[in-house]
Amino acid sequence: MIDHYENPRNVGSMPKDDVNVGTGLVGAPECGDVMKLQVKVNPATGIIDDAKFKTFGCGSAIASSSLATEWLKGKTVDQALAIKNTDIVAELSLPPVKIHCSVLAEDAIKAAITDYKKKQAETTSAVKETRATV
Amino acid sequence: MAIKLPIYMDYHATTPADPRVVEAMLPYFSEHFGNAASRNHPFGWEAEEAVEKARKQVADLIGANPKEIIFTSGATESDNLAIKGVAEMYREKGNHIITAVTEHKAIIDTCKRLEKDGYHVTYLPVQKDGRISLDDLKAAITDKTILISIMAANNEIGVIQPIVEIGTIAKEKGILFHTDAVQMVGKVPFNVNDLKVDMASISAHKMYGPKGVGALYVRRRNPRVLLSAQIDGGGHERGMRSGTLNVTGIVGFGKAAEICKAEMATESKRLSDLRDYLNQKLHNQLDELYINGSMEHRLPHNLNISFAYVEGESLLMGINDVAVSSGSACTSASLEPSYVLKALGAGDDLAHSSIRFGLGRWSTKEEVDYVADKLTSVVTKLRDMSPLYELAKEGVDLSTMVWQTDSH
Repeated sequence: MIDHYENPRNVGSMPKDDVNVGTGLVGAPECGDVMKLQVKVNPATGIIDDAKFKTFGCGSAIASSSLATEWLKGKTVDQALAIKNTDIVAELSLPPVKIHCSVLAEDAIKAAITDYKKKQAETTSAVKETRATV
Repeated sequence: MAIKLPIYMDYHATTPADPRVVEAMLPYFSEHFGNAASRNHPFGWEAEEAVEKARKQVADLIGANPKEIIFTSGATESDNLAIKGVAEMYREKGNHIITAVTEHKAIIDTCKRLEKDGYHVTYLPVQKDGRISLDDLKAAITDKTILISIMAANNEIGVIQPIVEIGTIAKEKGILFHTDAVQMVGKVPFNVNDLKVDMASISAHKMYGPKGVGALYVRRRNPRVLLSAQIDGGGHERGMRSGTLNVTGIVGFGKAAEICKAEMATESKRLSDLRDYLNQKLHNQLDELYINGSMEHRLPHNLNISFAYVEGESLLMGINDVAVSSGSACTSASLEPSYVLKALGAGDDLAHSSIRFGLGRWSTKEEVDYVADKLTSVVTKLRDMSPLYELAKEGVDLSTMVWQTDSH
């Protein structure tokens, strides 16, 4: 946990408008936690090539999102959805009061994947529409 | 000079006992161990003499008569005794108490208990600067009001309330005025007559004395305040607080009061200079800092700053060789951010981002430099990984954003 806080992996941002990038922004400042998690999916393989995060929150929230980005890389979109907050709790040995941090990380993953799928669907339908008009 | 880590900068939480205090206390553990209530032998006389000397030392610090000092186990007990003691004693006269939302829990929770017993309590809001409005106070007074309890200086933001103005209003209306003066006494001048205070709670361990001992100042003249004892027993302390006196602790408390009185002028000047230096240095090195509470009406050794876009607990983890406090939810047992900072109306997000610095007798410029530099690097690092900082820099107005919070 401390290691992920002191040396967080994959801090950063990717272009939000890229169709292959899914962005999840969850939490709220007044609750003390906000996580932004992004995945970049290789369109040819459907595998997550890259993952980045930025988190406003306690050390456990930062560690949870850092770990989540590590796990996401190399997974397919569906495998990513299978990541559970309890896995994060176990890996980081989070105490009970910090479980909400792991829940937020799971939410962030789901939000990022949902955003990616939505963009893909829009692109596909946009392509179809373009073809129809042609 | 090399600095010793970890650095203690949490002097509002507690202070180390001054070595001179410890030295004064030592003989009273096993040499002069008598019970101050033993009236028939020299062991008791010795102890009583020591207690009376300390009572005078504490009284002198606040401009009181020694007979007006009731020793207790600490300020929480003093607060309980003042509020419950008045409520019970003056029940015939009325059942309304006025206090403020930023009070210490020892006051708030005591008032909440009384509400269950049928009393009415008004919790005055505070203004943006952390002080109550005197108009609000006047408007809250009814013919049933028996007590006003407003703290002298706040433990989180160090803001000093308009005590003499409150005392004047209370006196005009014939209402008793109690103040939790724990953070103020010993640090800046506090005189019960000048400030028109009827009762004041004091704690030894906040002023370089030992833990486990405090006092309640109870006015004897104009008006004579009567209290219902909350602890029954041998009738010690003029019947207001039974229980064998903590002679050793009281001796230390007295010595601590004497030292504070003698050194107050130079100490408060030194600490306010040091505090201003810390504040200036942080502002020179970082942007988007927000000071919580009035700088004008503030204890000399307090600084409370919100580092926007950075969460308090992660900040504390980054400066783990510095002992400070945060208003962040994660650092408290309740998982709620500081109610004091929320009361200032700054928004919960700034409460989560706050750090309280409490300087004290052994704080040095070298320590302040170390803390300011370390904070700068940690805040910079955490802002680089803060989605809020990124959004703010993109020009997004965070206050109008809709957040996805269904998981909470």
